[in-house]
Amino acid sequence: MNMLTDAAVETALEGAPESNAVKMRGNKVNVFYGEKQALFDVSLDVRENQVTALIGPSGCGKSTFLRCLNRMNDTIDICSVKGEITLDGEDIYNPRIDVVELRARVGMVFQKPNPFPKSIYENIAYGPRIHGLASAKGDLDGIVETSLQKAGLFNEVKDRLHEPGTGLSGGQQQRLCIARAIAVSPEVILMDEPCSALDPIATARVEELIDELRENYTIVIVTHSMQQAARVSQRTAMFHLGNLVEEGPTDKMFTNPEDKRTQDYITGRFG
Amino acid sequence: MQAAVTGYLFLAILALSFIAFYVGRTTANRFVAEQGADVHSRPIYHGAFAAVWVGLPALVLVLLWLLFQGSIIDRLLLASLPASLTEGASASRLSLYLSEIKNVASGRVFSEPSPEVIAAAERYQSWQMIAQWAMVVVALAVAALALYITRARMAPRFRARQSFERTLDIVMILSAVAAILVTIGIIVSLTYEAIQFFRLVPPQEFFFGLNWEPQIAIREDQVAGTGAFGAVPVFTGTLLIATIALVVAVPIGLFSAVYLVEFADDRIRGIVKPILEILAGVPTVVYGFFAVLTVAPAIRQAGGLMGIGISPNSALAAGAVMGIMIIPFISSLSDDALRAVPQSMRDGSFAMGATRAETITRVLLPAALPGIVGGVLLAASRAIGETMIVVMAAGLTATLTANPLNGVTTVTVQIVTLLIGDTAFDNPKTLSAFALGLVLFVVTLCLNVLALRIVRRYRERYE
Repeated sequence: MNMLTDAAVETALEGAPESNAVKMRGNKVNVFYGEKQALFDVSLDVRENQVTALIGPSGCGKSTFLRCLNRMNDTIDICSVKGEITLDGEDIYNPRIDVVELRARVGMVFQKPNPFPKSIYENIAYGPRIHGLASAKGDLDGIVETSLQKAGLFNEVKDRLHEPGTGLSGGQQQRLCIARAIAVSPEVILMDEPCSALDPIATARVEELIDELRENYTIVIVTHSMQQAARVSQRTAMFHLGNLVEEGPTDKMFTNPEDKRTQDYITGRFG
Repeated sequence: MQAAVTGYLFLAILALSFIAFYVGRTTANRFVAEQGADVHSRPIYHGAFAAVWVGLPALVLVLLWLLFQGSIIDRLLLASLPASLTEGASASRLSLYLSEIKNVASGRVFSEPSPEVIAAAERYQSWQMIAQWAMVVVALAVAALALYITRARMAPRFRARQSFERTLDIVMILSAVAAILVTIGIIVSLTYEAIQFFRLVPPQEFFFGLNWEPQIAIREDQVAGTGAFGAVPVFTGTLLIATIALVVAVPIGLFSAVYLVEFADDRIRGIVKPILEILAGVPTVVYGFFAVLTVAPAIRQAGGLMGIGISPNSALAAGAVMGIMIIPFISSLSDDALRAVPQSMRDGSFAMGATRAETITRVLLPAALPGIVGGVLLAASRAIGETMIVVMAAGLTATLTANPLNGVTTVTVQIVTLLIGDTAFDNPKTLSAFALGLVLFVVTLCLNVLALRIVRRYRERYE
């Protein structure tokens, strides 16, 4: 089965229309939660300035893989990761790597908006403060403003920067969380089903934003919505039962998938 | 005799209730047998309805009867006494007559009673008897009547369930009201006695006076101080000891909560938490002698080594031990507050590249702050009201000082010492205890209300 998977990846790579540089690379990644294995030999490349969508039925390991990319799985005691994941060619599970620095370079946006119970300003300023990115007060104001602008939220909240972030609507909160992630100037942004708690209009705003962010950031997004994967991503990877089934340019995946399971999933036959 | 009859009466009412229950249920069962599904409520509700309506009115009647019987008979007795005795007599003189009559009636004769009193005692006995049996007859009649009426009301479509549940609602409301009434009663009695005190001692002296020497002569010839009721040193003493307690308890409680929530694994938490909770169950008197016999001498010795004179009943010893007592309050409420911060906050912070320490100090503690503050306020109110430890370990003399090595006294200690021994309730020494009690009550009540409000507002946030 792994043979098949690797073959599928290679085919997909050859067929890629434009190949950007590889930003992150997973090489035979295996993840265990205690005794239970959640990922089996997953090898997947994330390309610079592209949106990579991870799709697949629930429990297929796509979120687990995503959380490996900035070592968020470290916070789960029983979780262990084997294999190699690199960021710009450097192994991120190497003991020399500081996880704090890694997470500053690889930011994350969660499924449910999780603004801190602080003001909008303080939410954005949190990251720059802990990483010492702003030396003067004016610098911090600038970072907050540009982050909010990049997240397309500035005009909506500029008059109430010092009101609680929890008072915003769900869609605004999620964009606040994206702005918070941007504020530390990461290179990669991981998004774990960022729109699943939002209504269609807020979802459209966030998707638009993801498309704009692609210019400056590399984005990996986990999604349950086929349409969303098709709309926002350039490359798609299909997971099933902890295996990477198939990976390739999104157009090709949705029109002419190699694997029967991908076809069945996309056409709604299971999952 | 009276008590025995009343007891049997309660049993009889209870028995009638049971009978009513069976009558109700049997009747309803018959409806079911005759009409099938057309019966509105299940038979058990018919039974419960009948039981409640037979039992409750009779019970309430008996209680009211017992409440008023005594004073009515007293009035009748006084009215029946010859005018020569009651003419112009004071209220205390009259109550003396009454107790004499009752003593004679129950056979406790100390001196030869006058013929009027003997006659009155006989009247008293017969009236008692009449009242008692009248009560039994009336109560049983009411119960029987109620049984008849409820039985007559029973019908297949009778909404027994709704009626029964409405009655239960009323019972529950009354229970809640009872608790509130007790609180109001406490406030009223405290206020009443405090007002008596403030008639004798002006409030400005009590609230702003710097000298507290409540020892005054009870008899004319006694040698004692003239009495000074400036309560400021007592209040500052209380504050000093409570502050020391908080200084000890807040860091320890908070750090142990942070450790238990954020660092300890399940095994350690399973050991440490119960031990912390044991602290909350130690009787305060045990803390008291721990303070007197262990902590105070240790502090004194340590002071001696450094050449500092420390009072044997220093505020430090009492406050430190009280601090240990309130650690569980702070740690368990902070524990709850920290645990209530959603995991997504921690994830969000870690994903920003924050360290564990940054996450705790910048996200978790601020998010849990209202809960923690609520816990600290509750603990403070506990510390201010705590009595046993300070009675044993703190001093009796009211000194106006902020030095924790001196002995100070507290509001609770003063209340205890003022009310111990021979006390007359018309002199300011005794009455001042009520003024102190009122202040204590108001302060702790405010602290509790404030703490609960803060905790509640916080709870709403994440739900």
